[in-house]
Amino acid sequence: MEWETVIGLEIHTQLATKSKIFSGAATAYGAEPNTQACAVDLGLPGVLPVLNAEAVRMAVIFGLAIDAEIAPYSVFARKNYFYPDLPKGYQISQFELPIVGNGHLDIEVDGVSKRIGITRAHLEEDAGKSLHEDFHGLTGIDLNRAGTPLLEIVSEPDMRSAEDAVAYAKKIHELVQWIEICDGNMQEGSFRCDVNVSVHRKGEPLGTRREIKNLNSFKFMHQAIEYETNWQIDRLEAGETIQQATVLFNPDTGETRAMRSKEEANDYRYFPDPDLLPVLIDKALIAEIKETMPELPGNMKWRLVEEYLLDHEQADYITSDRRVANFFFDVSSFVDSNLDIEKAIRTLLNEEEISQSVDFMQRDVALGRTKLLVANWIMGVLAAQLNKDNLSIAQSPISPQRFGGLILEIAHGTINQKIAKEKVFPKMWNGTASADEIIEQEGLVQITDTGAIEAIIDKIIADNPGQVEQYRSGKDKVFGFFVGQVMKEMQGKANPGEVNKMLKEKLQG
Amino acid sequence: MHTKSIAELAKGLRAGEFSSLELTQAFLARIRQHRALNCYITVTEDLALQQAKAADARIASGEATLLTGIPIAQKDIFCTAGVKTTCGSKMLDNFIAPYDATVVEKFNAAGAVMLGKLNMDEFAMGSSNETSYYGAVKNPWDTQAVPGGSSGGSAAALAARLAAAVTGTDTGGSIRQPAAFCGITGLKPTYGRVSRYGMIAYASSLDQGGPMTRSAEDAAILLQVMAGFDEKDSTSVDQPLPDYSAALNNRLDGLKIGLPKEFFGEGLNSDVAAVIEAAVNEYRKLGAVVKEISMPNLKLAIPAYYVIAPAECSANLSRFDGVRFGYRCENPADLTDLYTRSRGEAFGKEVKRRILMGTYALSAGYYDAYYIKAQKVRRLISDDFKNALAEVDVIMGPVAPSTAFGIGEKIGNPIEMYLSDIYTIAINLAGVPAMSVPAGFVGGKPVGLQLIGNYFAEDKLLNIAHQYQQVTNWHQQIPPGFE
Repeated sequence: MEWETVIGLEIHTQLATKSKIFSGAATAYGAEPNTQACAVDLGLPGVLPVLNAEAVRMAVIFGLAIDAEIAPYSVFARKNYFYPDLPKGYQISQFELPIVGNGHLDIEVDGVSKRIGITRAHLEEDAGKSLHEDFHGLTGIDLNRAGTPLLEIVSEPDMRSAEDAVAYAKKIHELVQWIEICDGNMQEGSFRCDVNVSVHRKGEPLGTRREIKNLNSFKFMHQAIEYETNWQIDRLEAGETIQQATVLFNPDTGETRAMRSKEEANDYRYFPDPDLLPVLIDKALIAEIKETMPELPGNMKWRLVEEYLLDHEQADYITSDRRVANFFFDVSSFVDSNLDIEKAIRTLLNEEEISQSVDFMQRDVALGRTKLLVANWIMGVLAAQLNKDNLSIAQSPISPQRFGGLILEIAHGTINQKIAKEKVFPKMWNGTASADEIIEQEGLVQITDTGAIEAIIDKIIADNPGQVEQYRSGKDKVFGFFVGQVMKEMQGKANPGEVNKMLKEKLQG
Repeated sequence: MHTKSIAELAKGLRAGEFSSLELTQAFLARIRQHRALNCYITVTEDLALQQAKAADARIASGEATLLTGIPIAQKDIFCTAGVKTTCGSKMLDNFIAPYDATVVEKFNAAGAVMLGKLNMDEFAMGSSNETSYYGAVKNPWDTQAVPGGSSGGSAAALAARLAAAVTGTDTGGSIRQPAAFCGITGLKPTYGRVSRYGMIAYASSLDQGGPMTRSAEDAAILLQVMAGFDEKDSTSVDQPLPDYSAALNNRLDGLKIGLPKEFFGEGLNSDVAAVIEAAVNEYRKLGAVVKEISMPNLKLAIPAYYVIAPAECSANLSRFDGVRFGYRCENPADLTDLYTRSRGEAFGKEVKRRILMGTYALSAGYYDAYYIKAQKVRRLISDDFKNALAEVDVIMGPVAPSTAFGIGEKIGNPIEMYLSDIYTIAINLAGVPAMSVPAGFVGGKPVGLQLIGNYFAEDKLLNIAHQYQQVTNWHQQIPPGFE
């Protein structure tokens, strides 16, 4: 019988509130140790927690985004254990009655869609950090992170491969940033994953699980699950049994190693925190929060495919990051309101399409192709440059309006895409000029004057009799040579449509 | 001066009969004189004199409150910025809080003078003040007897007139029982009426701070300052604050008093019972009607309390781990050694006992049988109070089954010690307000009458207590040698 891997994830997302979940101290990352910890975070005698309403709001937003049940009554509990970076000797978390229950998220792996159940999501406070380096055998404690709000998202064991798990984790990662409840920064620990892995033979009861703690990159997650799966299968095939355990993944060796066994596990002695009242959420609050929520990526993707006629790949890309989507819509609306539809029809439709359709259809096609142009240029040229300069789209030196200006020049046929990419875009990236200013200054306007193009073509044909012969004897590939020669001669400025059309006529003689 | 009420002192200060500085110096001298009682853990002499001078200036400027310039003292469970706050424990012998408890802040804002920090059972766990790291407090009425606990230092200091008024906290009777043992007036407000911020937690769902004073009239003045919603305490209640002094003189005609038969059964000293009956008779004379009521679940209060309070304390006291503040053992070998020795060496026996009981009650496999069951009992007890208080205006009974017992008499027997709180504990489980009012003496030791009211009916309780104090003088008795 074939082995099956069963995976469930617990994801800790740090909520992007300004202050901590139970105190007024700031949550900003990277401050001097212990400068962002107030009396409450330090767990001084006599202090009391006060719940940050913003954290509750963010949890509700997440619940709504995964179509989950929002608990009308949820309770904070104390999770008791001793550790030097846990100031109170207990963590305030939610146990029996979490704020979010029973939702789901759809993922796609190899073109197949799959629904992953989300058991619950609960609010809790983060602990501080123990620093073992630089203290000569002692341990330093930094409590800046203590009390930072976390939303722990617990999935059902619905994943069957490392690919499933990574797809799910990435989708949650995209979603929490989309709904602006988490900055998603994995290096700074804003998004941390614990992965429960077990293996069993199909049809047999589930195996014993081991939990891989604290994975902070998707690459490591993939490696860790692969390693862990193989390790468990090897043991079972050797006739051994798997003991429930918590393990750590070592990125240097690519291996997982047991941290503590079930026997060593804490009895956390959860009980409701008497310092905090139950969290009550009524329908009115949920309705109010719904009002303020952005369109969710799933719905937006559907709209981009159905209404904007983008393909799935484009729609996925645009809806992977809210900032990309915002950029896309900003460019699109600028282009829409400045587009000369007649010019666009002449540029973006071929003669056949024009001759075989009526006016309003031509307009629709031209508008649709403009959207495609916007999407392609964002996904292609812009994304490549942002990636190269290690910038997010929100940091793009070219604003959506300036970028839209470039798209307009292409859609209107003022320049072709090659010129746009090689001559205009780099100048826009490194300066502040608009596309039309650059085109003007550099004299890049596309040549559509058939007389001028014809003269060049005649010259090229005359200069290359051998290639003409080859073409006429059926070697179609040589056609590209002629296009290249004409373009070179005209410094790339010739209208490629005109060049193609005229070359064909001339070469056929 | 030290025998005057707060109202009289405030009047004297305004009239210029004496200054706050003189008053403060007089109390400081008494504290020195009666150090043997061991009421104070810390005397803040310099601070008190400074505050007294500031109070005199404020009184002169005409912007004084009733408490401006009045020398009070705080139970050493309330954090005081810059002043050691020990909670009666070796664990916090070196702890200086960087902030003021809300209650302390409010007294400071009112211009009160703080004479010092008062002795108490360690972490408020005890009924005799004998669990204090700083030693037992002596009862001024009988220095061989305990003052009660956990606010024993508070009650004894006030009875000996070592402060004009003091604060206490009450988790299972810790204001009322020492008030009864020392012949003073003590009020445990409704849970949520007084902020717990900065009051070191013992059992968070039961702890409540309140005034301990010479009379109900003084208690009204103190409660006015202490009570009110605090955004730093999520369990404090956002309810309008009545004028507690305004209703003191309402007549009691037709007042319905309920006497739960469970308060007068086996275990109650017959002489104490006679004192309580006499007090109830005074109320009959004031126009009250008395009926016997039954609160069948009261007998479950002690077992429920000794699950819930230790469970909460087991978590509340986890922060005392030797890492960030408080006691740390010498040369810890490793982390476990640091934890076990720091806690083992700095916590007293009773504190350890309760941490262990609570840890046990919350453990996997026992939680439902103990903690959940205790919470269900707690609800039944609350229902008993709700039902009774729908029928009557006030419930009356003894505060404790006996008068102050001898130092050393019960400390070796925890069960017997726990039973001394039998009439007070249920009130904390229900969260209703209650008072202890001096009602007489048995063998030269004071007896307290307990008044229990409905949620947020502190004004009514103060009125009922005040009317009794208008026709009796038990509350004005001063222990021999402390006049």
